[in-house]
Parts: sequence; C-alpha cells; structure tokens
Amino acid sequence: MDVLLQPFQFEFFRNGTLTAGLVGGLCGLIGVYIVLRGMSYIGHGLSHAIFGGAVVSFVMAWNFYLGAGLWGFIAAVLINQTVRRTKISADAAIGVITTASFAVGVALISRYRRFTRSFDAALFGNVLGVQPEDVWVVVGVTLMVVVVIFFLYKQMLFTTFDAEVARVYGVKTAWIDAFFALILAAALIASMQILGVTLIAAALVIPAITARLLTDSFNRMILVSTAIGALSGLVGMYLSYFLDVASGATIVLLQAALFVIALAITSLQKRAARRLMHTHI
Amino acid sequence: MQPLVELNYITFGYGAEPVLEDICLHLHPGQFAALVGPSGAGKTSLLKLILGTLQPTRGEVCIHGEALNGRLAPRVGYVPQLETVDWNFPVTVEQVVLMGRVRRSGIWPWPSADDKRRLRDALERLDIRHLSRRHIRDLSGGQQQRVFLARALMAEPDLLALDEPTTGVDMHTAENMLHMLADLNRQGMTILMTTHDLNAAAAHLPWVICLNRRVIAQGSPEDIFTVDILNETYRGDMLVIRQDGMLFVQQRPHGHTYRDLVPHPVPGEVPAVRREKNDGRVAPTISV
Repeated sequence: MDVLLQPFQFEFFRNGTLTAGLVGGLCGLIGVYIVLRGMSYIGHGLSHAIFGGAVVSFVMAWNFYLGAGLWGFIAAVLINQTVRRTKISADAAIGVITTASFAVGVALISRYRRFTRSFDAALFGNVLGVQPEDVWVVVGVTLMVVVVIFFLYKQMLFTTFDAEVARVYGVKTAWIDAFFALILAAALIASMQILGVTLIAAALVIPAITARLLTDSFNRMILVSTAIGALSGLVGMYLSYFLDVASGATIVLLQAALFVIALAITSLQKRAARRLMHTHI
Repeated sequence: MQPLVELNYITFGYGAEPVLEDICLHLHPGQFAALVGPSGAGKTSLLKLILGTLQPTRGEVCIHGEALNGRLAPRVGYVPQLETVDWNFPVTVEQVVLMGRVRRSGIWPWPSADDKRRLRDALERLDIRHLSRRHIRDLSGGQQQRVFLARALMAEPDLLALDEPTTGVDMHTAENMLHMLADLNRQGMTILMTTHDLNAAAAHLPWVICLNRRVIAQGSPEDIFTVDILNETYRGDMLVIRQDGMLFVQQRPHGHTYRDLVPHPVPGEVPAVRREKNDGRVAPTISV
C-alpha cells in the first residue's frame, strides 16, 4: 500500500497530478467543440502558433501568459474569421495562420542567437516542473472555461451545430466565436507546461472522439469527454511515475488506449445488432 | 394593410454579376406563398435577404415597415434545406427543437419550465413527441422536416421561412408537410417557402412568385402557371395540363425519350425467388 501511495509524498507530484487532471478535463471539455466544428487540427496548429507568441514574449520581455495568450487568441480569431468570411476551409486556414506564427518564433530564435531559455518544456511538456503559480493558472483557466461554457451553453451548442441558422435565431455568433477563441487560447496556454505543444492536439481530440463513439447526445458527450480527459490525466500521471515514462506521453497513450477500447466495443455492438437483425428476417 | 415583408428595388450579387435585380415584393400577414424558379434563380438568396443574413447591394428590406439596415429580421422561424444539416452532429430531437428558444430562454443551460411546456406543445402539434429522445439521423425525411419546423415554431415567429421543405422526401411526405403548413397558415401564420415542386405548389399554395433573377410574375397558381410565364421563368419548354380542376406542370422532353438516348438498353431481370429460403414467403414483385 505504501508503494502505491509513495509518489504522493512529493509536492511536485501532487501539483503535477492535480494540474494533469484539470488540464485533461479542460482539453476534454473544449475538445468537444473543436471536434464538432471540424477543427481537430486547431489544437496542433494553435499550440505551434502560441510557441511563436512565447518566443516573442521572451524577446520583448513580456509576461509569458499574457504575451503568448494574446498571440494565441488573435491567431484563433483570425482562423475563425477566415473560415467564416472566405471560401478557405478550416484546415487550410489553420495551416497558413499557425505555421506562419510558428515560423515567427523560429525566425526570432535564429536571429537572436543569445537565447538562453530552453523551449523544451513548451514543446514536450514538463509536468514535474509545475510551480504552485502554474497550478493557480490552470485552476483559474479551468474555472473561467467552465463558467463561459455554462452560461453560453445553448448559444455555443447552436453555433457549433449550424452557425448561419443560429444567427437567424438571434445568437450573436461573432461573439460566441470570439469567446471560443479566448477560452481555447487560454486552455492551450495552461496546458502547454503540462503536455507540451506536441501532445496538446491529441489531448483535445482523443477524449472528444472517444465520447462521440459512445453517445449520440451532446450533453452526454460533454460529460463523457471531460471525464475521460480528467481521469486519463490523473491516472496517466500516476502510471508515468511507476513506468518511468514522460507524463504527457503516458496521458495521451492512455487516452489512445481508451479510444481503441471504445472503438472495439462500438464495433462489436454494431456487429451484434446487425446479426440480430439478420436472425429476425 | 401594412405588409409584413417589403422588398423595395432589391439588387444583390455575390460578385460583379447580380443574382437578384430590382426585386419588389410585398408579403402580407397571413399570406402563404411559394417562391419558384430554376436552380440559381436566387430563391435562397432572396430568403436570406429577408432573414437579414445577406445584405442587399441596393434597395431595402423592411419588416413590419421598418428597414433592416444590416440587422437580422425579428421574429422569424427559419427551416433550412435538409441537405445543409450535419446529420452526424450528436443532438437529439428535443435538443434541436429547444434551439428555437435560444433568444427567449434564460441564462441557465437547462430549459425553463416554460421552455419545457412549449417544447411539449410543439412536439405534440407536429406529432413527434414520441421521437423526442431520438438522434436526428435516425428519423425519416418527413420526421426530420417536422423537427426543424418545430424548432421554428418554438421561436414564436411572425413569419415562417422554409427553404425547399419538400425536397428530398417522397410525394406522400411532401403532401403531409404542405398540409401541416396549410394548417399553420389557417391559424394565422405567414409563410414563405421556396420549392422546385411546381405541382405541389399549384395544388396547395394560394400565391406563387416566379423568380429568375427578377420577379417574372406573381399571383394565384391558376393565373401564374401558364406556358408563357413558366417558359420565361425556367427558360425551357414547359407544358401545363389542366384536368379535373387541377394543374400539372411538366417540362416537355426535348423531342426524345430514353429510347432515343439509349437505343439498346440493358434489360433488367425479375429474380426467381427461392421459396424455401424465406419460410415459404415470396417477395411481392409486380412484373409487367
């Protein structure tokens, strides 16, 4: 028993587990809207864009959260507006805007060779290096996202389902898109330290598509996706300690395993239903 | 009488070429009208100009005598084309219908007691209450149309705008839909719908507007469905048949039938049914 509780003796592990659970749930919650908007690639792209913002913040000596957050928010707004106002599809808009933003970061790093700061944590995540202030940032962002989604639930559902018709019915879709860009950028900034740029996309998409396989109801999809994200964050973090594997990778691999299980279960259910139908004919 | 919808010299285009030109149209409270015309005639654009989601390049749209000037039309229930709906989106009938209350319900994410009462009434009115927990993909075309009509009614609209409500459903379902709309119209609802089904429009709608970039003609089907007007609207060779007090419209085949187009068609075959494999039952097939 002592062995099982051993990792909780360390403060860094307690901080890491709490933030991993919150970030997992946060990504699971927002991921539902991302997947249903057909923007699965946005997590990957925007996290790269934020990397560009992080480098700019460092060069300009701005606060990381403010600089990178603002950068990510502007990139998300630009993507939304490009998709809504032009013939350009979501994947193409994400590709152009986020890679250009990432390139800004790379260009600045190569230009200012006096860089001393390592961006490894931003790229690959470093949950064990989570400081108490990072925990507060994650808690604050999680609360903000939950409050925004709670009070804009109906409007966000309608906008995600059919933005043009939602406008006709009085939903201020431009504001909803702006709020969505804000919570997405905030969630990515909060998740970067834990999962890293490279794994955020998976944490946003996998719980949502797993939940989609399991339910046809939007309300349930929100709950299931959030639960999968949070649980895999907590359990993945715990397992990573014993397996001695990077925590971000463990969390994502656990989510991928849950997706495979859900896929297998739903495929078997479909096959059984088809067989039942044939026996009745 | 003050028109509910007024279109004054509307011109609209997506690029340099106008899709609609000098459209003048009045729709009075309680009217039930169909917008007909070929694909690309500007029917959906006209509907969206009335809704306020598109802005005219010239002219003005007034609702209840007030110019929209870039605003959205108030109190409109809109039923989009079924083909524009994302059928894989995880929503139940109940959730879709409740979307119609989005402007009127409170800040809480769950429906109020009043929303629930209106939901029950709308579902019962359209006979889909038993489907409330079903996913929208699992419904027939007619049931899907009713779901979106119920959503429109939840908005307590003055005007119901429907984009091709009879497209993609069988004749019987289309007929039921039009009867349902006629019922709503009898109760005072103003309805404007686009349709390609000229025969259904002739049989069920009291007012028809022929559109092809401009308004070609408008009036009762008896007055409007003439060869001259329809030829001008559809730029084709139309045939109008009047029989037993009914109107039938058909495009005249271009001097040939399938026998001219496919001189040596591959014949079909009625399969020999193996009785023993189907408990002695035989699939009913009428061979001529």
